[in-house]
Amino acid sequence: MYIETEKISLNESLVDLFNSNRSLLLRASTDHVNALRMQAIDQFKKIGIPTKKDENYKYYDLDPVFSRKYDVHFSRKKIDFNISDLFKCDIPELDTDLLILLNGWYYENGNHDDLMKQGVVMGSLALAAVEYPQLFEQHYGRYADIKSDGLVAFNTAFALDGIFIYVPDNVMLERPVQIINIVMDKVDSMVQHRNLIVLGKNSKASIVICDHSLSANQFLTNSVTEIVASENSSLDYTRVQNEHNGAAQISSTFIHQLADSRVSTNTISLHGGFIRNNLNVMLAGKGCENNMYGLSLSDKFQHVDNSTLIDHAMPNCTSNQKFKGVMDDMASGVFYGKIFVRKDAQHTHAYQGNNNILLTDDAKINTRPHLEIYADDVKCSHGATVGQLDENAMFYLQSRGIGSKEARLMLMTAFAHEIIDQIKVDPLKDRIYDLVNKRLRGELSRCNSCAMNCN
Amino acid sequence: MLKIRNLSASIDGKMILKGINLDVNAGEVHAIMGPNGSGKSTLAAVLTGRNLYEITEGQVTYLGKDLLTMAPEDRARAGIFLGFQYPIEIPGVSMANFMRTAVNEIRKFKGQQPMNASDFMKLIREKIALVEIDTKLINRSVNEGFSGGEKKKNEIFQMAMLEPMLSILDETDSGLDIDALKIVANGVNMLKRPDNASIVITHYQRLLDYIVPDFVHILYDGRIVKSAGKELAVELEAKGYDWIKNHDGDE
Amino acid sequence: MENDQDNIIREVTQTDYKYGFFTDIDTDNIPYGLNEDIIRLISGKKNEPDWMLEFRLKSYRHWLGMEMPQWAHLKIPEINYQDIIYYSAPKQRIKPGKFEDVDPQLLETFNKLGIPLDEQKLLTGMAVDAVIDSVSVKTTFKKNLAELGIIFCSMGEAIQEHPDLVKKYLGSVVPYRDNYFATLNSAVFTDGSFCYIPKGVRCPMELSTYFRINAANTGQFERTLLIADDESYVSYLEGCTAPMRDEHQLHAAVVELVALNDASIKYSTVQNWYPGDKEGKGGIFNFVTKRGMCKGKNSRISWTQIETGSAITWKYPSCVLRGDNSTGEFYSVAVTNHHQQADTGTKMIHLGKNSKSTIISKGISAGKSNNSYRGLVRVTQNAVNSRNYSQCDSLLLGDKCGAHTFPYIEVANKTSIVEHEATTSKISEDQMFYCNQRGISTEDAIGLIVNGYAKEVLNKLPVEFAVEAQKLLQISLEGSVG
Repeated sequence: MYIETEKISLNESLVDLFNSNRSLLLRASTDHVNALRMQAIDQFKKIGIPTKKDENYKYYDLDPVFSRKYDVHFSRKKIDFNISDLFKCDIPELDTDLLILLNGWYYENGNHDDLMKQGVVMGSLALAAVEYPQLFEQHYGRYADIKSDGLVAFNTAFALDGIFIYVPDNVMLERPVQIINIVMDKVDSMVQHRNLIVLGKNSKASIVICDHSLSANQFLTNSVTEIVASENSSLDYTRVQNEHNGAAQISSTFIHQLADSRVSTNTISLHGGFIRNNLNVMLAGKGCENNMYGLSLSDKFQHVDNSTLIDHAMPNCTSNQKFKGVMDDMASGVFYGKIFVRKDAQHTHAYQGNNNILLTDDAKINTRPHLEIYADDVKCSHGATVGQLDENAMFYLQSRGIGSKEARLMLMTAFAHEIIDQIKVDPLKDRIYDLVNKRLRGELSRCNSCAMNCN
Repeated sequence: MLKIRNLSASIDGKMILKGINLDVNAGEVHAIMGPNGSGKSTLAAVLTGRNLYEITEGQVTYLGKDLLTMAPEDRARAGIFLGFQYPIEIPGVSMANFMRTAVNEIRKFKGQQPMNASDFMKLIREKIALVEIDTKLINRSVNEGFSGGEKKKNEIFQMAMLEPMLSILDETDSGLDIDALKIVANGVNMLKRPDNASIVITHYQRLLDYIVPDFVHILYDGRIVKSAGKELAVELEAKGYDWIKNHDGDE
Repeated sequence: MENDQDNIIREVTQTDYKYGFFTDIDTDNIPYGLNEDIIRLISGKKNEPDWMLEFRLKSYRHWLGMEMPQWAHLKIPEINYQDIIYYSAPKQRIKPGKFEDVDPQLLETFNKLGIPLDEQKLLTGMAVDAVIDSVSVKTTFKKNLAELGIIFCSMGEAIQEHPDLVKKYLGSVVPYRDNYFATLNSAVFTDGSFCYIPKGVRCPMELSTYFRINAANTGQFERTLLIADDESYVSYLEGCTAPMRDEHQLHAAVVELVALNDASIKYSTVQNWYPGDKEGKGGIFNFVTKRGMCKGKNSRISWTQIETGSAITWKYPSCVLRGDNSTGEFYSVAVTNHHQQADTGTKMIHLGKNSKSTIISKGISAGKSNNSYRGLVRVTQNAVNSRNYSQCDSLLLGDKCGAHTFPYIEVANKTSIVEHEATTSKISEDQMFYCNQRGISTEDAIGLIVNGYAKEVLNKLPVEFAVEAQKLLQISLEGSVG
């Protein structure tokens, strides 16, 4: 009974937070956004923060994460430094268009004139709602269903800013777009930004997101990203999560793919106290391809939770998932993958794989690769393994004079290799390869700077 | 160089080696022959430190040191090389990275500086010619997707790279066609020096036409039941293993 | 060819149930409904000791506070538990156990089902306990088995004759609070089989229980308890059928197995309850809790199930691998057709060191049915060096059915290895063409391929049953096979 009361009071206090800041929230946004905001808070009142009773969240209790005291900023804070000083890229070969989020707010950083000439829009979500209402309203809130998850409703009720990217029909971006998502504050803070990425027909983009924490405070990020890939578009989406052990990150990504589109995502969870990635893909047109890769390396009391849903709603689509995890110390991991093949989605090819290595007897992994299939002409399969480094391979390396520590490291790196190899931007791939190596050597035990900048 | 005294070993409580005695000196080539299940591969694994086996009795000294207490990598660094009967595939680890790590670990052990990249590549090119394998294999993962012949040649290539004092080749000839067999044997012969030695484990006499042993030992049921010069291999080939089995009672 | 295949699939999905007859016999029924008085009545009918009644009442009181589980991938219509008769026995029964005393009409019923109860006619090497509705009517070869110290009798008899064993083990594997249906069973169970294999005895014949629901408006709640003492071995078979009726009937059984040190139990089921008609009318709700405890070191429990019947199946034969070096196995073929729904699988709970488990599950969905595999593999921190391998394949015949795979894998130590693989597909055009090209009709080809697909599991059945199981598969998918 005691827990129940506490639970009610947590959800109530979060609703109170909304009510007492309602005018600030409503004043900051357009009518369209606010209408959704009000629906979302009503929905949140009904379902609240997910509990372990929820099949989708059964292995991790979110209460402690949400029950801490956080500051929430309802307006963009003035900063007394140049935003671009926060970040210096140390990969000379990596030429990107850079966007910076600080505590969920977009801060202007240089211009993207050449892109604007092609009709590309990149920048603040709040601003885009005002400047491109038609485009914005056509997509905002369409894919992230507030009924699906209390955390999505919670974000929709509170989100004020984030990144908006629009790539018009037939435009192919030459450089990757890099979003640096930083949390940094003098107080413990909760951040709830919202991103919307729209790719026009036949367009192409590569997006890299780097999540970092730059101060030692406790953080909770609950973000939602909606992505639309129009007909025959192509998106390569890489996320590198590198926050400290006091940071909790819940990131829900909703990808809506139209006919013949190709989307690849790669989520590298290098470091963070609590990481929850929800990746939801709707294959809403024929002939789509989706590739979803993930790698998590965790130690101490870290927890990484990857939850995926691939909804095959149309025929002739292909999806391919591979998530790998290495758990050390007391770390725990969860993989919950679901492939859903609807009645009409004939000729679906779907694969889902999850491989894990436990390095200690205190580390834990729970994996649930689920298939739900209603069409008959399909080829679906999945595999999950939990194990250790291959003893025979260890001996082979040792028999060539390689020490056991080094041999273990080589095998772990090799394990990670399959995922990193899928990153299509070469300089980034090399950099992440390095970072993973360092992480496995224990040299990234506490990373307080940008992943791109932490030599 | 190597002294094996009364070596016995078991796996899961089952005795495989039942008191092996063998001396190998620098400059010598020893062939160990025997029927399947006689303990040939177990002997190789025990000498190189595979921890599947329990040593129940006996000593092995290698260059004056107690070999059996050494970690597998330390045995390798001290110059013992095992050519695997079934080379292991290691997805994700490139041959180049694998060999560079091995070479440098051994150099470090000898107090040498790590080899720089261009010297290392030069060494690779030089040694790879010896076994006639495709240079492209160097960029592939260790043994992954290699054909049977490529795997065996790759073992000899690694042996060439690491320049061991004592090579133990465990049925390196199995599954090879005659051309590949010649290449493998040729590699082994070219690496032969007065200060190193080899133990060639084989089921058939065929390989010994190309690698000429100084001594031939016949291993049967965990014991060396007969030792002689190279003529023993020919005799064995002619008479078959049944000859040994029938002989067993006399020993 | 496409058309051919459609035709066959149509035929496959429109097959009749062969065991749907009803035997018109007088029955001793108690009133409808469930309350403490009913439970006292059942207990009284069976002349049970007080401790048994207490167990039932304790369970019933707990059940009142429980809710029906919702997590399965099933659409279960509301069940009115007051609208069920909880005890029904054929009236003619005089004294159980003696062949001469069994009503000829009942013998005929079992003959018709292919289960002759006459020991002369029985296949040698198989002892049968025949249960109709709420009571056991006959147990064969009891005497021969008793000579070896093996106890094989109805549960009702065991409560009377072997109360110490029953008291010690009943509810020890499936506690009365375990789950909604198990708790209900603990309150109202009527009959079932009891078996004890003494230390060091290898049971020389297959033991089997044949369950038959005959009466209308009744539920069947059997309870089976099987104990294999140190270094013993037993192979046990179970079969079940029911008449065709328009209304659903509830079958909520509990099976508990206990394997002590070095003991081995092989438990096979051919489940063929009435599945309902082509429109999904009628059929048995088969909500069963089966669990084995590998209590001793080196013990082994192996479940094999051929599931073809029932409107709804909710069943997870499981192994708790408590003993070091213990082994759990689960081999399953589940066929669903028409409007059948099945959510079935297993749980392998690794507690002991070096414990091993294997799961092979083959699902075949046809018609408008839904067939789910649901399985848990849990390796606890202390279960070092444990190993699990699972393979769960689904085959879809037709485009209106569903096939689902829901594995749960939880591992908490670094020395264990768990592997899970699953595939879902239809019969490949290539395989079909290859068969056709060799002159095999599409109909025969489907039969061949489905049988080949299930072979790995069928092979695990005792020979006596394998034939029946193969026949059953054929009947369930008739038109495509034979």
